[in-house]
Amino acid sequence: MHLTNEEEHMLAGEEGHATQKAMQILVALGDIYGADQMVKVTSVQVSGVSYKNLGDAGLEFLSELAEDGRARVRTTLNPAGMSLTDWASQGISAGFAEKQLAVIDAYRRLGAEISCTCTPYLAGNEPRFAQHIAWGESSAVAYANSVIGARTNREGGPSALAASLTGRTPLYGLHLEESRRATHSIDVGTLLWYPEDYAAMGYFVGKAVKDGIPLFKGIKLASLEELKSLSAALASSGGVAMFHIEGITPEWGLCSDEMESIPFTTKDLAETEAQLNDKGDPDFVSVGCPHCSLVELATVAKLLDGKRVGREFWVCCSREVKRQSDKAGYSQVIEASGAKFALDTCMVVAPIEEMGYRVVATNSAKACHYLRNNGLRVRFMSLEDCVQEATKRG
Amino acid sequence: MKLTGRAIFGGNAEGVALVSSTPMSFYGGVNPDTGEIIEKGHELQGQSVKGRVLVFPYGKGSTVGSYVMYRLAKNQVAPCAIVNSKCETIVAVGAIISEIPCVDKVDIGKIKPDVHVKVDGASVEF
Repeated sequence: MHLTNEEEHMLAGEEGHATQKAMQILVALGDIYGADQMVKVTSVQVSGVSYKNLGDAGLEFLSELAEDGRARVRTTLNPAGMSLTDWASQGISAGFAEKQLAVIDAYRRLGAEISCTCTPYLAGNEPRFAQHIAWGESSAVAYANSVIGARTNREGGPSALAASLTGRTPLYGLHLEESRRATHSIDVGTLLWYPEDYAAMGYFVGKAVKDGIPLFKGIKLASLEELKSLSAALASSGGVAMFHIEGITPEWGLCSDEMESIPFTTKDLAETEAQLNDKGDPDFVSVGCPHCSLVELATVAKLLDGKRVGREFWVCCSREVKRQSDKAGYSQVIEASGAKFALDTCMVVAPIEEMGYRVVATNSAKACHYLRNNGLRVRFMSLEDCVQEATKRG
Repeated sequence: MKLTGRAIFGGNAEGVALVSSTPMSFYGGVNPDTGEIIEKGHELQGQSVKGRVLVFPYGKGSTVGSYVMYRLAKNQVAPCAIVNSKCETIVAVGAIISEIPCVDKVDIGKIKPDVHVKVDGASVEF
């Protein structure tokens, strides 16, 4: 692998221990994946923020790096395991909170913005077309590559952090145009009425194409919210880091010569939605996986107006979108119903299974996937039905 | 016998081989405090990686596995070296941050369990 003089200096430890470790990681990954040089990145999104996932091992490593490591490019963070300010009212234990705040403190010393959202592209970290970036958070990776046309591989926590501390990532995979071609053609033969239908379709297709690049054909329109749900679902049931939609996403003309064709029918949609439903009466309702947009908060506010929630209802979003919602007057309506904003976190990374909840209703296929891994039962339903479920009496 | 592969993280170490013919997950698969392999049904379940030259095809599972390797090293129960047939991101990152010598691209089928192995840079001698 060819390194510039500056990169050689970093590797030799002339810019400190953390930068050296970071460059060692990037060089090793570049060698493994056949990169012949580094490329400069304009932004980094770091996954591995919740103490629930990091554990003491991750915390120790971050604290060590924070001794002399500093972000060289704009660096934003994934959700944490709790609200950083209102954790006590969320039912989080003091022991967990202490560790989580230590993780955040290490990231702060490393120069990251304490944004704590899985939708950095709704909270000010907005890459442009063809920019190289290094993002963790699989749903944001799929969104950035596909909808924006920025270029990133699916980074893990340490490799994204290494890119932040050096401002670089090895040039391979989705940073190269030839790797961004569609590998599968998805013939959408059903109408998609609700954003949740996009999530179900993504869940079905992610399973089928694994880490391939699907090209969806036959979709006329897709809103930001629908593309966000689709990105998250594709990246959770499969390892999809990029997709195309004919006539909609910016690079949809990139195809492989031979693409495997997969139909998606009305029956597939119904079966996938059924597969995402367990039995049981929900004791916890949550929307905002990925974090809600302002449009989604407007819908939640409209549906909750004048009602009271009858069970725990979390509305997850970034602090930036919450601020916009405060201005628009949506937040006041949502909170007046007894629903809780879950900022900096979400139902997947907060330890809700330890808080005694058993059955979660959500409009997110991604959340269903990971909550089941955490031992919870799930009910997959539309945003409207989630609100109705939350406001049921008794 | 001496095999030459690729150094993922260079260094010298020697120890007794602990050989797995199946992929390994550190996250949920190895106890970070004791080094014991705890993955249910794994061929090495119950054995400890501490001080061993750990030989396996490649890593699997969560990327948090890299941090588990770091914790093993901090607790002084990490393997003294790792030999893979094809190293992937989790083990590569874990070896680098934990400073565990790691070599890949060698035919691990040639390394028999419990032989004494010397790792030096990209070479594996036993």
